[in-house]
Amino acid sequence: MIEFKLPSLGADMDEGTLLEWKVKPGDAVKKGQVIAVVDTAKAAVDVECWQEGRVHELVAAIGEKMPVGALMATLLAAGETAPRRLGAGEAAPAGPAAPPLRRLISPAARKHAQELGVELERIAGTGPHGAVTLEDVEKAAAVPAEPPAAPVPPPAAPAADKAAEMRKAIAAAMSRSKREIPHYYVAEDIPLARALAWLSAENARRPMADRLLPAALLLKAVARALQRYPELNGYWRDGGFVPGERINLGVAVSLRQGGLIAPALLDAAAKPLTQLMQELADLVQRTRTGSLKSSELNEATITVTNLGDQGSHGVFGVIYPPQVALVGFGRVAERPWVDADGGLKALPVVTASLAADHRVSDGHRGALFLRELAELLQHPEELNR
Amino acid sequence: MMTEEEARDVVIETLKNIAPEIAHEDLRHDRPLRYQVDLDSMDWLNFLLGLNKRLGIEIPESDYSRLITLDDVVDYLLSKVG
Repeated sequence: MIEFKLPSLGADMDEGTLLEWKVKPGDAVKKGQVIAVVDTAKAAVDVECWQEGRVHELVAAIGEKMPVGALMATLLAAGETAPRRLGAGEAAPAGPAAPPLRRLISPAARKHAQELGVELERIAGTGPHGAVTLEDVEKAAAVPAEPPAAPVPPPAAPAADKAAEMRKAIAAAMSRSKREIPHYYVAEDIPLARALAWLSAENARRPMADRLLPAALLLKAVARALQRYPELNGYWRDGGFVPGERINLGVAVSLRQGGLIAPALLDAAAKPLTQLMQELADLVQRTRTGSLKSSELNEATITVTNLGDQGSHGVFGVIYPPQVALVGFGRVAERPWVDADGGLKALPVVTASLAADHRVSDGHRGALFLRELAELLQHPEELNR
Repeated sequence: MMTEEEARDVVIETLKNIAPEIAHEDLRHDRPLRYQVDLDSMDWLNFLLGLNKRLGIEIPESDYSRLITLDDVVDYLLSKVG
């Protein structure tokens, strides 16, 4: 039996309310299929399932609020048969019957739960393979039992409540970041004359719908630079650095009603600019209309914040835990620039910054990363590949 | 042939697809549009793409400098379509 649990939806989203099931018992589920829609403090999220199987039981009810890691449904793997249920009037078979849902519960936790009168079904296990630990039982006992799940979804929260909820979620994640992560900061002014000239020429021969924004070029350059500085791309977990397998750029997107979400552009280093631009446009649009996928919210390995041409000169970001770095770009603007030969010119320049976790990297490497970024942006045609 | 009023309506409608919260009467038509409506570069591109779809006109990047205020955009559209 495969247990499908509410996946992590980012550091600032630790619980969700089930809005809709996209599958029913008996349906076949493919890897990556969206099987449920869950509302969080920030947005409604399409939750994907990464295991193949057939839906056995939908455990979570519509309207139910669940912590990350809570059991939502069970699936049967290929070749697995459903545990038989007893029909009405049918006698229980002799011998110990297998429970309909096998959960990993340590004997001590089970005993303790009995003593405390805690229902094991209500507890989300945090141990290995989702096992319910003694600590989980104690935590659950400390929280008063929740009333049974409402049969109908609760009415959508009014906009003001939603904004307050988002503010709270951002506050929690950012406070944690500043409490736990020893940030250091470095910055570099990067001339963009060549990059913008290349973009203009490129855009002049493209149809409007395929036009590239400077943001796409900046993101691609960040992804390429990270290939040489892998210590900036990944997570701080359990007291150590875990490098990201791919370079998934979390892109900070501000919402018109206030607040922000930083969904991931997956595998950004490997994608040509045109594709990256299309995916960026799609991601921004879906972020603003509230149709993100769970993988986009929990797979970013670093965040990039780009204030754009309406923003400030520069920005020094707060790292989004458990990530270990954040790259910031200010407004691209004409500024005085001293050339290698000592001549003074007005050039389009952007201030790039890096906020990084001092437990993982040092300012010297951080500065080298920004120099690499600056160098890559002097060869825009190479970023097109 | 498009009248100035029709052009203005198209612009406002296209803008509302990007920024539904804008109140038409609060917009100063002779002041820079992007600051007033808080359009980032992606919003701006989507706004121009909206006009492109609606009216079938190409708006090259080299013309961006002529498109600062809402009045500018209306004049530009009239010069292209008119």
